[in-house]
Amino acid sequence: MPDVLVRPRNVSSATTERAVVRALLIALALAFLALFLILPVVVVFAEALRKGVAAYFATFGDPDAQAAIGLTLTVVAIAVPLNMVFGIAASWAIAKFEFVGKNLLITLIDLPFSISPVVSGLIYVLLFGAQGYFGPWLKSHGIEIIFALPGIVLATMFVTFPFVARELIPLMEEQGNSDEEAALTLGASGLRAFLTVTLPNIRWGLLYGVLLCNARAMGEFGAVAVVSGHVRGFTNTMPLHVEILYNEYNFAAAFAMASLLTLLALVTLAAKTLLEMHYGEALARTPRV
Amino acid sequence: MRIRTVDVAKEFGRTGALRGVSLTIEAGELIALLGPSGSGKTTLLRVIAGLEAPSAGRVFFGEEDATGVAVQKRRIGFVFQNYALFKTMSVADNVAYGLRVLPRAERPPRAEIRKRVRDLLALVQLSGFDGRFPRQLSGGQQQRVALARALAVDPRVLLLDEPFGALDAKVRKDLRRWLRELHEHTGHTTVFVTHDQEEALELADRVAILNAGRLEQVGTPDEVYDRPASAFVMSFVGDTSSIPVEVEGGRLLYAGQAFRADVTGTCGGGGRLYVRPKDIVVGTPETGLLLGTVVNAHRTAAGRRAQIALVGGPETIVEAEVGLAQQLKDGERVGLRLVRARAFPTKEGSP
Repeated sequence: MPDVLVRPRNVSSATTERAVVRALLIALALAFLALFLILPVVVVFAEALRKGVAAYFATFGDPDAQAAIGLTLTVVAIAVPLNMVFGIAASWAIAKFEFVGKNLLITLIDLPFSISPVVSGLIYVLLFGAQGYFGPWLKSHGIEIIFALPGIVLATMFVTFPFVARELIPLMEEQGNSDEEAALTLGASGLRAFLTVTLPNIRWGLLYGVLLCNARAMGEFGAVAVVSGHVRGFTNTMPLHVEILYNEYNFAAAFAMASLLTLLALVTLAAKTLLEMHYGEALARTPRV
Repeated sequence: MRIRTVDVAKEFGRTGALRGVSLTIEAGELIALLGPSGSGKTTLLRVIAGLEAPSAGRVFFGEEDATGVAVQKRRIGFVFQNYALFKTMSVADNVAYGLRVLPRAERPPRAEIRKRVRDLLALVQLSGFDGRFPRQLSGGQQQRVALARALAVDPRVLLLDEPFGALDAKVRKDLRRWLRELHEHTGHTTVFVTHDQEEALELADRVAILNAGRLEQVGTPDEVYDRPASAFVMSFVGDTSSIPVEVEGGRLLYAGQAFRADVTGTCGGGGRLYVRPKDIVVGTPETGLLLGTVVNAHRTAAGRRAQIALVGGPETIVEAEVGLAQQLKDGERVGLRLVRARAFPTKEGSP
């Protein structure tokens, strides 16, 4: 075919880079990704399995390791459902009502994201610790919060509070009140309207928020480290146990434990991607009509 | 069912407030609440529904005082402006919702619910759409589903908020006619809100016109169009031009010049004349007529519309309908005969 159409040189759309530049940018991004994300994940699993599969699974037979896994699961089982309820309540209040201080509340919900987890742990020590404001009173009533399960749950909840609320607020604001009002005019009670109309409307957003909340709750280190006291077999969560094992030069065990947390992260990522693929439309503001 | 609101008031921070509205809706009638945005028409509808509590006044359903009755117990059918169909439910589940949430003792058996849903979908001409989801329907279809859902509970009154607002012109016209037929068929007392005067006049048995939270006039389309109770009603229901005039010794004056016109109503020493385009005859300038200059004449669907600036007074432009045969040049001097005009005292709210 004769080359009739001579493409003019140096003509490209304003937002398109030259091919060389493009290749360079992509290579740079990939290199970063490999170095900081993929390599560590590979290392975690390689180190964990270095002494063989048997040694890997032996790690989880250790009672302290089992206690750590059990504690993490317990904390998550308490903190995530509670945060789900608080998250729904907060976003309901913000999205469906007008009240004084609404913007302040929205800002406050984001606070755990901007504050260092160590500080949020310290707050609870300051409040409920032996030398804290409520320490003496709690002690005289035999209630243990710091260096015990309640403290760990509180710290975890504080850190993971924004996940559900942040996901739901824009979703609920966009959906407005009329679906609920329609249910009421048809005779449904408030609870019934919530269960049959509101909840199904926000289900994917809620699941998404809970997923992220769960991942963070299992992996939380800083805030929990402050309030836990590192009592092996009692107040050690999985991330804390990883640190202890590592400090004892028990690398295989440390990485084995770490591999569990990494696995969780990968599963969360996969589930999150799947949700976005299938319900991306329902997650991001659904257009009405 | 006969619905009455008595001195209903509702205070809001901003617009849509009501200031003492007393309206009687007769059993079986189709009534339109017409008004500009912020006039309180939707608020009135929501007060009747029980979605909004009035800050004063009472609402009666028949003889029953329904003011304190919860929305769930009022047995009303409400069609929302955006339809508010339940996105996660099929069409059939949407329609069945009101029946399924009934307390066990009143709830019809399943087979009965299925049959009712089928009948209602047939009524709104959506047979076979049972399994579809709202997002798979066009705007007009969604609207009919919303209507079927509202009718499922056999409501005592059917309330529609801007039922045709979100539809395009063609669908809107078809649906309008269809809704009228449906109303004649089912006989439900029906109240609908609209800001479109044409829609209100065409569809309703009676029209209630609201302005700034007050009821301006309630009447048949003929009454509100031909015998408007206020300048606002006259201007809002149909095109109207207004002319500032003085009255002196039984004579009408515009800018000091006397002119003849057939006028109903009084406006004391001075006020405004309101006149519709079709009630102005444009002819040659003669003494005793209002005089003006043609600013512009353009073709409309049925005829020609001329903008005419009156001569001698404060800048006033009136609109007149002229025959297709009548050629008007821009800048031409003309005389206007007002065949039918209405006078209202000045300082009355006009848009």
